[in-house]
Amino acid sequence: MPPLARRNLFHDKVRLTVTLTGIVFAVVLIVVELGLFVGFTETTSSLVDHSGADLWVTSKHVPYVELGAPFSERKLYQVKAVPGVKEADKFINRWTEWKRPDGRRESVQIVGFNPESGLGGPWSLVEGSVENLKVPDSIIVDDVYKQKLGVTRVGEVFEINGHRARVVGFTHGIRAFTTSPYVFTTFKRAQDFGRVQADQTIYVLVKTEPGADVNQVRREILARVRNVEVYTSPQFSRMTQVYWMFTTGAGVAVLLAAVLGLVVGFVVVAQTIYATTVDHLREFGTLKAMGAPNSYVYKVIIQQAALSAVMGYVVGMFVSFFVVRASQHGGAAILLPWPMAVGMFFLTLLMCVGAATVSINKVTRLDPAMVFKS
Amino acid sequence: MQPAIAVREVTKTYDEGATGVPALRGVDMDVDPGEIVLLMGPSGSGKTTLLSIMGCILAASSGSVRIAGMEVTKLGEKQLPPLRLKHIGFVFQGFNLFPTLTAGENIEVMLDLKGVRGAEAKRRAAELLEQVALGEKYKSFPADLSGGQKQRVAIARALAGDPEIVLADEPTAALDSRTGRNVIEMMRSLAHERSRAVVIVTHDGRLKEFADRVVRIEDGIIAGAELIEEAPAGLLVQGFSQQAGLSVA
Repeated sequence: MPPLARRNLFHDKVRLTVTLTGIVFAVVLIVVELGLFVGFTETTSSLVDHSGADLWVTSKHVPYVELGAPFSERKLYQVKAVPGVKEADKFINRWTEWKRPDGRRESVQIVGFNPESGLGGPWSLVEGSVENLKVPDSIIVDDVYKQKLGVTRVGEVFEINGHRARVVGFTHGIRAFTTSPYVFTTFKRAQDFGRVQADQTIYVLVKTEPGADVNQVRREILARVRNVEVYTSPQFSRMTQVYWMFTTGAGVAVLLAAVLGLVVGFVVVAQTIYATTVDHLREFGTLKAMGAPNSYVYKVIIQQAALSAVMGYVVGMFVSFFVVRASQHGGAAILLPWPMAVGMFFLTLLMCVGAATVSINKVTRLDPAMVFKS
Repeated sequence: MQPAIAVREVTKTYDEGATGVPALRGVDMDVDPGEIVLLMGPSGSGKTTLLSIMGCILAASSGSVRIAGMEVTKLGEKQLPPLRLKHIGFVFQGFNLFPTLTAGENIEVMLDLKGVRGAEAKRRAAELLEQVALGEKYKSFPADLSGGQKQRVAIARALAGDPEIVLADEPTAALDSRTGRNVIEMMRSLAHERSRAVVIVTHDGRLKEFADRVVRIEDGIIAGAELIEEAPAGLLVQGFSQQAGLSVA
């Protein structure tokens, strides 16, 4: 086919610019919103996903990881006695209060774990090590929250819930979905920081024997330990994600914004392709008079839309890439996993081709006899 | 010989208002292969309507239209485009070239519709441009061509489909008299040397000398027909309606 679609598209540079701007705007908006959704979703459950545990033992009726309730730490030994359990450790995740040097108070989530096993410990350490937590009063925080917590360097001393706390290391990119950053420390210290009684824990994290059936071990624990609930890590992760993203409505808001981006893109593309079609109506009429079937004319219009989609996608993803990179230094990470990038291509294509149907409808009703009207 | 176009008792009424506007009121007309016919008449007389019906891009309200022996009035929307593609070429008053395509590519569009693509399409487009004396204009865009050159490209495009019938609507109206004469000579040789049936709607009486017949339409009926020198007698009578008053110039 002669390059009618491409030439028509590039013929009017201003209209092409408007079309591409619309598509790029839509692509960036959708990527940012979906990226935020993915980022938020992963953030809500990051503590569970990076815990290294296969099973989470909780008190009854715990809906998500931030809302664990204390139970007797004697259950830890009952859990350890269950066949298939390789190791088990106490774990605390508790909201508490951080006092900055300037006196301002911030809410934080204290995370207490056993540095010997590392279950539930920090990841992405960029300064210091988990070993440093053996130093009295030591804590590890994330460098994303340095400003929020008033931390500038390792060695600085702060106050958590009336107890002295010394920063001995930094992680990078461990964000909390809430506005309360995670503060990692030993289990024992976390009991003090989080006001958890000495003989209680919030969770027991379980690592199963290699080759053991995780669900079978889960059932065994439920059978042998009373008044607890046991979840696999993926189960607990999903429960936490669903709670934060859908029960609170946060995820729905982000998804709605993504849909809005799609609608804006659709409208802009539909309008510009329609205007281009109307400009070339006489040519389409000529094609039909010459004997071109409707499908031939549709092909020209769809090619225009597809070309616009490809160009808009490339530019849009280029811009999105920088937005995603810039977000890595902020409090809300925008993630762009490759399946989403691939999916965005097809979504952009669908959006543009879908928008072209308005023009196709116009051309379908076009009377080829119009070619004889001067 | 079977006429290329055979129109019988054709009427056309446009739906406007309660009663409708009659544009054609029982027209009979044949056009034979190798014949060039001028359709003349005042504005609004129905000549473009008749041309559109002959071109199968407008449906007659009643009557019969046969193109290359095939009755077309009963054909559906999807059957008409392939029929046009196979049998009919159009030349328009405003040229109707695709402005974003070069002269060669304009012809390639027609070839593409006929299923000829790639190097073969380029070769044939170049050949057709040579035939209309525009061989060097393959890569020129319509905006860079004169009116006469544009119309010659349009003729080459119409010929690309190798149609038996060429229908032209005021093909010289936008051209100066010398260029118009060249274009009409080209169409005449197309009819006579390639045995195509050529029908031209025009207001320009000076084109009569190039035609085999001149048919006058007034108020939707054939008001008269004029046979221009040397046309075989058989051609003169068979195509006209009862209303046509035939005279030989």
